[in-house]
Amino acid sequence: MTPRARRFMWVAIGIAILATAATLVVQSLRQNQVFFYTPTEVSQNKAPRERTFRLGGLVTVGSVARKPDGLTVAFTVTDTAQTIPVTYTGILPDLFKEGKGVVAQGRIGSDGVFRASEVLAKHDENYMPPEAAEALKRAGHPIEGKVFAGQKPVVTQAPTGQSAPAPVDSSGYKPADKPAYGK
Amino acid sequence: MALFKYSAPSAFYPLAGKLVPWFGAAAFVLGVVGLYIGLFVAPEDFQQGEVYRIIFIHVPTAWMGMFIYLVMAMYGVLALIYQTRLSAMMMEALAPTGAIFTALALWTGALWGKPTWGTYWAWDARMTSTLILLFLYIGYIALVNAIEDKKRADKAGALLVIVGSVNVPIIYFSVKWWNTLHQGASISVSGGNKMAMTMLLAMLIMALACWMYSIAVALCRVRAIILERERHTQWVREIKEVR
Repeated sequence: MTPRARRFMWVAIGIAILATAATLVVQSLRQNQVFFYTPTEVSQNKAPRERTFRLGGLVTVGSVARKPDGLTVAFTVTDTAQTIPVTYTGILPDLFKEGKGVVAQGRIGSDGVFRASEVLAKHDENYMPPEAAEALKRAGHPIEGKVFAGQKPVVTQAPTGQSAPAPVDSSGYKPADKPAYGK
Repeated sequence: MALFKYSAPSAFYPLAGKLVPWFGAAAFVLGVVGLYIGLFVAPEDFQQGEVYRIIFIHVPTAWMGMFIYLVMAMYGVLALIYQTRLSAMMMEALAPTGAIFTALALWTGALWGKPTWGTYWAWDARMTSTLILLFLYIGYIALVNAIEDKKRADKAGALLVIVGSVNVPIIYFSVKWWNTLHQGASISVSGGNKMAMTMLLAMLIMALACWMYSIAVALCRVRAIILERERHTQWVREIKEVR
């Protein structure tokens, strides 16, 4: 064996061991490490009860309601299987919209309501001019975007059985014009 | 093979000198065209409006940060197996450019995240692994400069870069493997393209411009490194610009 072939062997063995180790680490991290919990995981009690965590999913179409103070907002977060009610006081990001992705940090109360201290918008990976989005909508093709892993790609349509108006899809935030909740 | 001739620093030095202006000019032209299409021709986005245009800097720099690291790892393998001096020098020449691109990707990402997500930074898998990439670049630069003996420095640096390269696929697939705040890939081999054509065109031209810039700058830098490391040799003493 020439010195070069020996060096090649050592490098190859090293890379093989490294790749195996990395795969194992990633596999275990995939199971344990989450940036946010989905409503289904929360309802299965996989999310921590006693401390803050992040809840991620879609803002249910027609669920956003503002309190008279103008700052407190209530909405529900869904992953199309389960739904969690959320309240939040503060300024919402521009891209916060019904039917779109959201990641909220906070803790869940004994009443099952998630009290968020921070709400972030999670937009999808589609980029197109407003006219194209409008045309797609008129043609009855909702724009599919993934918000969480393993999500079924049914996003922009309102859930069946609800007569909520479809959210305005143009750019810019559309404030909820629904009557304020909990008066 | 004729190409092997250029693995000798004495042969590569003049070749690199000849190539630099061409890659530099290509970077400039592509950059101007890409920015023009991106900022003036491409339409606004249906959900983000004008702010999405940061994508024309953000995505090319992020790609470049990841790709340069893989190129360095490839040179690292060559440096360990064939022990060619030039491979180690190329690693050293590429590292600052990769670090700058990664820092730019993080910075533009923060500026983009505030108006869209509502935060500059979140510890999600994509962002955290990209930050680790920046630390790997800085760690490599520090390690190579900390070891006096160049031969040992090259070996240690190559090892660090090869080990660290496992981070690159983690960055790339993080949005698929974990629930992240960062959205998924807009263009991929399996998922196709989820961008309007003009937007995609501007982004790809900008990516090409970043490639050309990286090559030009790395060749410039490797020429300086060659001169510094080979300063005791006869051929360096006979170069016009050195004498």
